[in-house]
Amino acid sequence: MPRLTINGNEVEVPPGTNLIEAARRAGVEVPHYCYHPGLSIAGQCRLCMVDIEKTPRPTIACNTPAADGMVVWTETDRVKETRRSIMEFHLINHPLDCPVCDQAGECWLQIYYMRHGLYEPRMTDAKVHKPKAVPLGPHVILDAERCILCSRCVRFCDEVTGGGELGIFHRGDQSEIGLFPGTALDNKYSANVVDICPVGALTDRDFRFQVRVWYLDTTKSVCPGCARGCNVEVHTNRRRPHHAEGRRVARLKPRFNADVNRWWICDAGRYGFAPVDAKDRLLLPGRREGQAVADAGWDDALAAVAGLLARHAPDQIGVIASPRMSNEDLFALRRLLEHRGIRRVAFRVPPRQPGDEDALLIRSDKHPNTRGAELLGLDGDAALLLAAARARQVKVLWVFGHDLLAAAWPEAETAAALGALEALVFTGANANATSERAHFILPAAAWIEREGTWTNFEGRVQRFRQAAEPLGQALADWDLLGRVLAALGAPVAATRADHWFRELAAAVPAFAGMTYQALGDSGARVNA
Amino acid sequence: MRLLQRFYLVEVVSGLALTAAHFFRNMGAHARRALGQRSASGAVTIQYPEERRPYSPRLRSLHRLVRREDGSPRCVACMMCETVCPAHCIYIVADEHPNPDIEKVPRRFDIDLGKCVFCGYCVEACPEDAIRMDTGILEFSSYTRAGMVYTKEMLLALEPVGPDGRPRSPIPIPADRTP
Repeated sequence: MPRLTINGNEVEVPPGTNLIEAARRAGVEVPHYCYHPGLSIAGQCRLCMVDIEKTPRPTIACNTPAADGMVVWTETDRVKETRRSIMEFHLINHPLDCPVCDQAGECWLQIYYMRHGLYEPRMTDAKVHKPKAVPLGPHVILDAERCILCSRCVRFCDEVTGGGELGIFHRGDQSEIGLFPGTALDNKYSANVVDICPVGALTDRDFRFQVRVWYLDTTKSVCPGCARGCNVEVHTNRRRPHHAEGRRVARLKPRFNADVNRWWICDAGRYGFAPVDAKDRLLLPGRREGQAVADAGWDDALAAVAGLLARHAPDQIGVIASPRMSNEDLFALRRLLEHRGIRRVAFRVPPRQPGDEDALLIRSDKHPNTRGAELLGLDGDAALLLAAARARQVKVLWVFGHDLLAAAWPEAETAAALGALEALVFTGANANATSERAHFILPAAAWIEREGTWTNFEGRVQRFRQAAEPLGQALADWDLLGRVLAALGAPVAATRADHWFRELAAAVPAFAGMTYQALGDSGARVNA
Repeated sequence: MRLLQRFYLVEVVSGLALTAAHFFRNMGAHARRALGQRSASGAVTIQYPEERRPYSPRLRSLHRLVRREDGSPRCVACMMCETVCPAHCIYIVADEHPNPDIEKVPRRFDIDLGKCVFCGYCVEACPEDAIRMDTGILEFSSYTRAGMVYTKEMLLALEPVGPDGRPRSPIPIPADRTP
């Protein structure tokens, strides 16, 4: 383990650590553009210069491994002067069109100019002009003038996704990032180049001109798109509702988690937030009378559902839970099932199209909490349940989130099963063909509107946090299940997600000892 | 009050005397000026709104959006004014400009003058010199709150104040304004 001194502080780092990471451990930030911990080292930008004692001139920190006894200074006068000159060099041909640039506010050219630049411009020649607003693929748009040629995007496509779509073409100050002929930046991870681009050269077509970044609030969350459970940040726009047509979620950004997704996220997950602000959100609890749905109000709707559960024999009641529900929801549901002695329960609904999968992040199971539902013992055969409904053995069916009519089963059989029911209860955030047939509609809060945890396919329990208020009167699943339990006369102590989680941790050995505090930002593995 | 003041008559007479003194002093000044004495000047009534005194060039009056040569707004919807506005009275929605050298253009640019505090920060913040407060128009009113919202088209149609200090554009009357 090399021990070295950075700005007078001694640190010990693993062998092979470069000086940028070593300085980070010592609490010192070395400015850099081209270095990214997830990519190979390019040494292109020359900004990470530091002074090392006994070397004649400043050296780039990114490509210098820490060595025992090294003495590094990052704020000497000649390092500062070098940085200022390199900033000036990077900005020679920069168009300075910050007013129209989506990166403004989170641009490392702006940040480092203010921290390390602040020079008097000496450039008198005309700037070199390059193509602007060139779409590279379905999600990414290029402004070649703003590019500082750090080559992070090129290395990402070469090393992480392996497609190698991007390259640097031409020479000297005519150099520009571009696509190889006949290719498009349309791989499944293409929008990650927007995140790693330190400047406004690569921006997001979906987010383009929607909201200024300084209006956004950030909430730590988890992607609901598949069983991987990539850590994300939800960026919500609460301050300027007239932007982006009033959509609250402006974008998702990956959040570093060394054990799950590292720095990356797939495009399907990144742009999978549309249902949250979609027109088909269920807003008010409803009761179907003939064709029309009448607003019922929570008290009446939950009392009616509790009445259904109390009136029918446990064998006449079926529940199809969802692997999109959180561990807290599923535990509250388990309490309800135990209280009434209901045995007919399932959560797996086979999709009509099998999901895609790859070796990097994407999992074929497109549900975030299949593992959690398994651990809570809610597994059963949904097809048998529907067969029992067709045979009129099951009279009441409570469906969470699923669209049973869009499943792999023959649609007519499912429709016959739903038609034979005495009462169909639907709980979910968005309307679908199943909710269209439900007698009771209980609107659930979307994942960004509530607290909870999911267990990913590796058994990692991860928290997602509330980023916005629920739309309409929607309630979190654990909340409405707790109210049904209370209406059935069961003692319910938990009135918050973390209380439900505490009860879950006390009752289920796999979750024993876990709390929200212990899960922290990166989650924890269940006890095997 | 003193006893004398309580009778009022004395006060009424002294008030009349003051008014009369001003009247005769002004009449004398106007008469001397009419007879050729340039230095004499009496009180003047300005026939507003037909006549106007020129405003200070620094006056912050109704906003206008500056136009490019083709009549489109100079504004690139960077949201600086919207961000700096302490009254939160500017509402901009950005759109793609067909010319990639301009790139961004406001689809909507509304100023709610019912909320505006005329601080002029929007003019200070604008990096494109696209908004100015030099129309010389101070008279805008409405019977409704909605009538105080001035749209992009209304703001683009306004001209700067003339050299005589008179507004060159008519005061815009919102379409939905009902008397």
